[in-house]
Formats: sequence, structure tokens, C-alpha cells
Amino acid sequence: MFFGSFDAVKEAIKRPLLFILEQLPTVETAHKLGLLTEEYERIIEILGRKPNFTELSIFSVMWSEHCSYKNSIVWLKTLPKDGPRMLAKAGEENAGLVDIGNGLACSFKIESHNHPSALEPYQGAATGVGGINRDIFTMGARPIAQLNSLRFGNPNLEKTKRLVKGVVKGIGDYGNAFGIPTVGGEVYFDDIYNTNILVNAFSAGIVKTDKVAKAISYGVGNPVYIVGAATGKDGIHGATFASEDITASSVDKLPSVQVGDPFMEKLLLEASLEVIGTGHVIGIQDMGAAGIICSTSEMSAKGEAGMNIWLHKVPTRQANMLPFEILLSESQERMLVVIEKGYEAEIEGIFQKWDLNCVQIGEVTEGDRLHFYVGEELVADVPADDLVLGGGAPQYHREYTEPAYFEEFKKFDASTIYQPNYKEVASFLLTHPNIASRRWIYKQYDSMVGTANMNTNEPSDAAVVNIKGTNKAIAITVDCNGRYVNADPEKGCAIAVSEASRNVVCAGGVPVAITNNLNFGNPYNKEVYWQFVHAIKGMTAACLKFETPVTGGNVSFYNQSTDGGAVFPTPTIGMLGLLDNVNQKMGMAFKNEGDFIYLIGEVTPDINCSEYLYSYCGVKNSTAPYFDLDKEYAMQQALQIAIREKMVNSAHDISDGGLFVTLAESAMAANLGFEINTNSQIRKDAYLFGEGQGRVVVSVTPALASELESFFASKQVPVTKIGKVDKMAFMIDGEVFMTCDEAKDHYDTALENILEG
Amino acid sequence: MKFGVVVFPGSNCDEDMFYALSQNLGVEVVKLWHKQHSLEGCDVVVLPGGFSYGDYLRSGAIARFSPIMDEVIEHANKGGIVFGICNGFQILTQAGLLPGALLHNSNQKFVCQNTFIKAEHTNSHFTNAFENRAYKIPVAHGEGRFFASEAALDEIEANNQVLFRYCDAHGNITEEANFNGTARNIAGIMNKQGNVFGMMPHPERAADAILGNTDGLAFFNSVLLATQNA
Repeated sequence: MFFGSFDAVKEAIKRPLLFILEQLPTVETAHKLGLLTEEYERIIEILGRKPNFTELSIFSVMWSEHCSYKNSIVWLKTLPKDGPRMLAKAGEENAGLVDIGNGLACSFKIESHNHPSALEPYQGAATGVGGINRDIFTMGARPIAQLNSLRFGNPNLEKTKRLVKGVVKGIGDYGNAFGIPTVGGEVYFDDIYNTNILVNAFSAGIVKTDKVAKAISYGVGNPVYIVGAATGKDGIHGATFASEDITASSVDKLPSVQVGDPFMEKLLLEASLEVIGTGHVIGIQDMGAAGIICSTSEMSAKGEAGMNIWLHKVPTRQANMLPFEILLSESQERMLVVIEKGYEAEIEGIFQKWDLNCVQIGEVTEGDRLHFYVGEELVADVPADDLVLGGGAPQYHREYTEPAYFEEFKKFDASTIYQPNYKEVASFLLTHPNIASRRWIYKQYDSMVGTANMNTNEPSDAAVVNIKGTNKAIAITVDCNGRYVNADPEKGCAIAVSEASRNVVCAGGVPVAITNNLNFGNPYNKEVYWQFVHAIKGMTAACLKFETPVTGGNVSFYNQSTDGGAVFPTPTIGMLGLLDNVNQKMGMAFKNEGDFIYLIGEVTPDINCSEYLYSYCGVKNSTAPYFDLDKEYAMQQALQIAIREKMVNSAHDISDGGLFVTLAESAMAANLGFEINTNSQIRKDAYLFGEGQGRVVVSVTPALASELESFFASKQVPVTKIGKVDKMAFMIDGEVFMTCDEAKDHYDTALENILEG
Repeated sequence: MKFGVVVFPGSNCDEDMFYALSQNLGVEVVKLWHKQHSLEGCDVVVLPGGFSYGDYLRSGAIARFSPIMDEVIEHANKGGIVFGICNGFQILTQAGLLPGALLHNSNQKFVCQNTFIKAEHTNSHFTNAFENRAYKIPVAHGEGRFFASEAALDEIEANNQVLFRYCDAHGNITEEANFNGTARNIAGIMNKQGNVFGMMPHPERAADAILGNTDGLAFFNSVLLATQNA
């Protein structure tokens, strides 16, 4: 047990509550709860006395990395946050909020559930989905689409197979029952994630701008309600758990993993939106990390008010829960709601209709103190503002140093790689777990509920979701190649933003804003922190260029194990794009046999960091691929116009696996083939399989070819006719590599053969 | 002509069904809360898809005890049209309004994908607008494998109660097209009287031109035609 060595608490469970208050914990207890000595001293300073155990627990979770961002916030503050469409800035609310016109806003966010999923994949992933959706509907927004970004270890390991199956079923069972479609995502496999998998969940919702709810509390005497599920002992100290490395004893922390109930979440969604719709809600916040203490302190701090909370009124699953357990419990599907006094009956009636708990557990008070009572007894007395990010929570500047590998990777010399058997590489890549069809996964997700997924019958590089009642659609995508970021954090993270943007543009959208999920190792490791700092710099540069401010997100440190070290730095980018008219949607599948195929963007002899070099050639150490932010931007700007002006019939970006995989995917999605010629000036493996950035493949009606060529030339964007769409064959330089049917057979089944094998 | 879409706690295709009927078909439609005891004068009652009561215990097992189900059963017994999609189909079998049961898919996984179905005959309220071809209609379910005893299946077939079977893109009813292990490729059936119908595929997900597939309209048009002729 987590508290096994913790004698004071073990004893306390048997003895009257008063015992804990009398036996004030020591600095050693603080250490065991994850606090530093100076943090413990700071708490004494804030309180003007030593904290009792409940109070110490409160500070330990609120000042954990997970809630306070203490080791990341100084750098997060440097990210670009301003833009004409921003309605809520990063960190202000539960999720970002972007004006999309028509009196509507889109709320979107990504969040990780890495640590719980590593131990209990099904519940860990399921509750990740639940948590991110609550962040969206506490804003008053109805979620309309979800994505997820996953990283697993070697797929041939039994352990990985078990984790994949658990995570996918967890996401599916929760999202499917909740009734919000999962419309896209990404999955990578690499040995580096053998111990620490990554599970990042993204959700987007739509709200009328005059119906936005806030996470705030004010108005002396206003009642405070807890609604939804009962509070149990699950997930206590989950936030602290997420702020440590995973060790062999982590499995003993299974009670730190929460359990999800999507049916309850669905009722909570409907009831919350109905309650917000009454106009009598002052503030509402979901209970995720750190439970009641997090919601009460964050809402109070923001509204500059205090609260009296009566913990004995909280509906619990178990009898005799201790105050710290009630305060810290991360039981799912709960909300804290502060309403205008006088409307209790109306609000309670709505929750009754949905058969949900709705219990007043406190009231808003003057001042800034949070007073927690059990019966008459005051069990904790803490100032709200000192607990929270932006208030008194600690902020650290961590040291960082450049790791030796960074310069080493740059020394890779492509001339040491001999030209391969191209056909063999082509087959290898199409069946590689990082490239092969994700069908085995996405078929388990309901991608169509809501009848707004415009990709069901026409796939695009980003998921395009119709906003019913308007002519608009959103385009959303999650992207990050952790291998690139590891090789060069600054460039790699700029690439992640650029690729997300490229996907949105290829789908016919205009990039609008991003959310990020920063998955890194232990921030106290200077080389890990160097990766973090440089990823932030790369993200900043790219977001400024694409005018996509950061609306918020999540930092997940400690994705590191004692045996395997840190994962690849994986700053997952979730991007929101907008289609002002659904007619602008562009698909990635070829349309007609005979259409000309063009390559847009700079062609370089680059094989750095490609799946080909890394997995086929087995060269693990090379720097990030070719990337030029200005050229990428110019290419995307021009492509936006070309798509809007209907010059192209399909657009698909070049990413993992290079040009060949892009062509194959466009062909397979249409049951067609292609016939192209390579360029004798460029080494052929780089031409076909290199992952140089800033390139897109389009297909064009022959009659429009010259218009297209002169258009891109006028924008100084390289455009090369490389061939045409064929009936069936994948033909390169006159040689048939395979037929479309053969390719599909392999591509569609490769992943399921590995996972089910 | 008035449609009523029943909303159970956990229904999640109620809004899609409402949207298809009101926006794509332009017919009068209301939502009927499961706790009420009135059908509000609806001519056609629809049980939508979803996870009613979380589908805990067994799909549809708890929903059939909802207050409104008394009225739905009465409506059906009087010859009124009732149809259930996906979870609605499961509820109808649990309520005894349709024969058979829906079991976990044979691969034990939830499956969401476009499928093709073919109308068995056009002599019903639910198929009269179908042509003799494959229709592309999506499915999304974990428990969609129709099951009944061989004798019961023979009887259902003999009464022409099977209305849809899964087929390939060319309309061939093949084993490969049977993705969930359902008995005799069955995707949808009606009762003996011909006024109650259930199917696993979601026609409301193939009703909006903006999504690139309107094959589901044939189903709704059949029901509309039937009610106009009634």
C-alpha cells in the first residue's frame, strides 16, 4: 500500500479523527507526500503555524506538478497566447475557447492519462476520456468530437499487446457509451515507450458565446453543490502519483487509478448543460486531479472569495472516509457547482430529473479562506490563493544542459547508407506498425455518432466535423513525431506544429489555435529539462508563424522509469482549424484515373530520422529531417488558396514513410493506383522514403494543370509534376511495385496481425 | 404524421434521429422522456440507439422497464408503428415486441464501420421504398449478433419477417459480409403483424448529403409512405 510505511496514518484510521489534528506531521511526512523541505517551510509561513495532516495533504496535491505546473510554468508563460479569436486565455478556464463566428465558440483541450494507463490501461484510458470531456462541458460546451494520441512500446511484446488492447477498449467503451464520436488520432510504437506509455485524449465542443460557463466562485451566501457520482477512495493522491517516476512498486498504487462510468458522465453532461442554460450558475468546475480541494480552491481563488465546506455532507461510497480522503479523492463524474442563492429548487430539480446526486456541501464566504468542517469540527483552514497556480503555488526555474547525443546525432552521414531494394522498403513501410492502417483500432471507436463526421465517406488529413446549424466545420488533428523531437527538440516541436497545420490545410481548413500535451521525463534531470525548454522554443516559433496561439493544455513530466529512462520528448500538438464553408473540405484520396499528380514543396535528398532510416536501416541516431519554417508557411498559404479555388482534387501531406506512403495512402483510399517518376538529381531512397518537411501531394484534373503550375510558381512555391493516377498499379520509374489490392491486403491487416498474433 | 423519439437515460442517438427526421426528412417530430406516460399523440414511435441505463446488466434489459414502455407496448399492440435502431432494437427484443435476442459480436469487439445491407422484400412498412441493390448503412455496436433458435429463425423467415441482411457492395449475401456473426446475416426484422421493426444499422447516420451518404433515406421514406397509405 502507498501508505504502508506511514505509521501515523495507519494508526489514525483506527483512532478518532482528533488524533490527526493533534499529532502534527513532520517534515518527513511532507517528504513522503512529495513536498520539498523548502515547500514545507513555505506552508508554515503561509499558515503561520504547522499544518495538520489534512492541510499538508492539501498542499501536497495542489503543489504537485500535476496541479501547479511548478516546474513548467515559467516556460509555459513564454508561449504565444494572444489572437483575435481567443475568448479565454490559456490557464484561465478549464479549456481553451475560440470564437468561430455565428455567435459560437469552440472549446477544446488535450490532456494526458499516462501514468494510470501504464498500470491499468482500461480504466486509465477510459477516465482520461471522461476527464477531458468534463473539461469541455464545464465550459457549457457540448462535446462534438474526440481524438487521441497514443504511444506504446514494441508491439511484438505481450505486455504491449495487453496495454494496447486495454487502452483501446477503455477509450472505446467510455467514448462510445458517452456518445461523442472519436474521429481521429495517432499511434506510434517504439521501444522507448515500453514502460511508460502515453495516452493523450483530446475533445472539442461547441457553445454559444453567451452561454459560456466559468470556473469561478463568488457572492457571499451562494450555495456550493457537489453533483454527480458519490465520492470514493479511488485516485487519492493520483495527482501526486502522476508527478513521480514509474517504479516497480508503482503497481502497489493501483488505488491511485480511478474508475470511470460513462453512463454517469452522459447524465452529468445533459444535466450540466441544462443547469448552465438556466443562467443561474455562478461557476462550475469538474473534479479531476485532486478532487474537491482542487475545484474549491481554484474557483475561490479566481473569484477572490472564500468557502465553508461541510465534508460530512459529501455523498460517499464508503463509510468513515477521512477528511483528506474526501478532499483528495479523484472519483470520476463529479462537478462542483456554485449557484445564485434563491434558485436551489430549480437547480436541484434538474439533477433530480437526471437521477443524479445534487447535494449542497457549502457556501461562499467573505475573505479568501477555505474552511473544511466535519460536523462542527474545523479540519482544515487554508487560503485558496496560496494553493493555486498563479497564486502562491511554487514556481521553479530548473537548470538544463544540452545532452551529448544532440551534437552526435547531427554527425550522421547519409552517404554511409547504400541504396536499398526499393520494392522491399516499400512493402516494409506499408506494413510497419507506425504506418500501417489503424483500422484495428479505429473500428472499435464509434466515429459516426452525432452525424457530423464528414470524413466517414471521404477521409481527410485532419478530421472534419460539421457544426450543425451553420455552414461551417471544424478541422482537428493531433500530431507529434517524438523521434524528431528527441533528435532536435526545437526543430522537432516546430515540425509537430507545422504538420498539424499542414493536415488542417490539406483538409480545407484554416489553422486557428492549438492545445498541447507536453509529455516529458523527469524535470529534475537537466537533459530532460533541456529538451523541454527547446521544445517550447520551437513551438513558440511555429505558433507565431502560423498565428495559432496556445489555448492551454497539459504537462506530463515523469514519463520515465528506473529501468528504461525517459520517453522521447513528446509534445503532442492538438490543432483546431476552421472551414468557413463545408464546401471547402478537401479529401486525401485520389479521385479520377488520369489525374495529374503534383508534389508541392521543396524536394531534398534528406533521409534523416525517417522511418526508413530508423527502422529499415536500423540507424537510430540521426538529426531531425529537413525543415524550413518560412518555406513551410509559404507552401501552406498557397495550398489554402489552391484548395479554396478548387484547383486540386485531393491533398495529402508527406510525413511518416515519405512520398511513397503518401501516394499509396491516396491510392488505397480510392482503390486506384499511380504512375510516377523519381528525380535523378535526388538520391532515390530519399525521394521515395525521406521525410523532409513542407511537402504535399495533390492530384489535379489535367485541364487545370497549367493553371496550378503557374499559380504555385507565382507564389514562389516549388511545384513538380511527378506522374498521374493509374487504374490499379503502384508504378515507379516504369516498375510495378505492387497493385492497389496487394497493398491494401498488407496495409489493412498488418497491425491486427501483430496485435492479435 | 408525427414521430416521437423516446429518450432513455444513456440514449445517445436520440438527437441524431431527431435531426434526421426534422432536418433531413422535414417531418414533425418530438422527443418523449422515458419517465412520462404519454406518447403525445405520436403516430410513429422510435427507440433510438445508445447505451440506455449504461447497458449494464444486458443491452436494453433495464430500459424496457421505463415508464413509457407501457405506452409503447400498448401502441404496438394496437397496430401503431414502432421501430428501434441499434439499442432500440435490443430494447424491443427485451420487451418481447420482437423475437430473438442480440448477443455480443462474435469477435467480442465493438464494431463501427460502413456496412451494406439489402432489403429482403419490399412488402413492408419499412422497406417499400427500397430497390433491389446494396445500401450503405453504418453500424456501431458491441452486441449486434442476432440470435434465435433454428426453429424460431425458420418461423421468422417463413413469415417474411426478415427485412434486411448484411451483404457485400454488390448485394451478394456472403459470409464475409457477416462481420458480427449474426444468424443468417440478419440485420433487421419485423414482428409477425408487420408494425414493429428493429435493425442494428443506423439509417439516421446515412441521411445527410453533407456526410456523403444518403442511403438511409430509403428507410425513412418507406415509413413515410406506409403512414401516408395507412
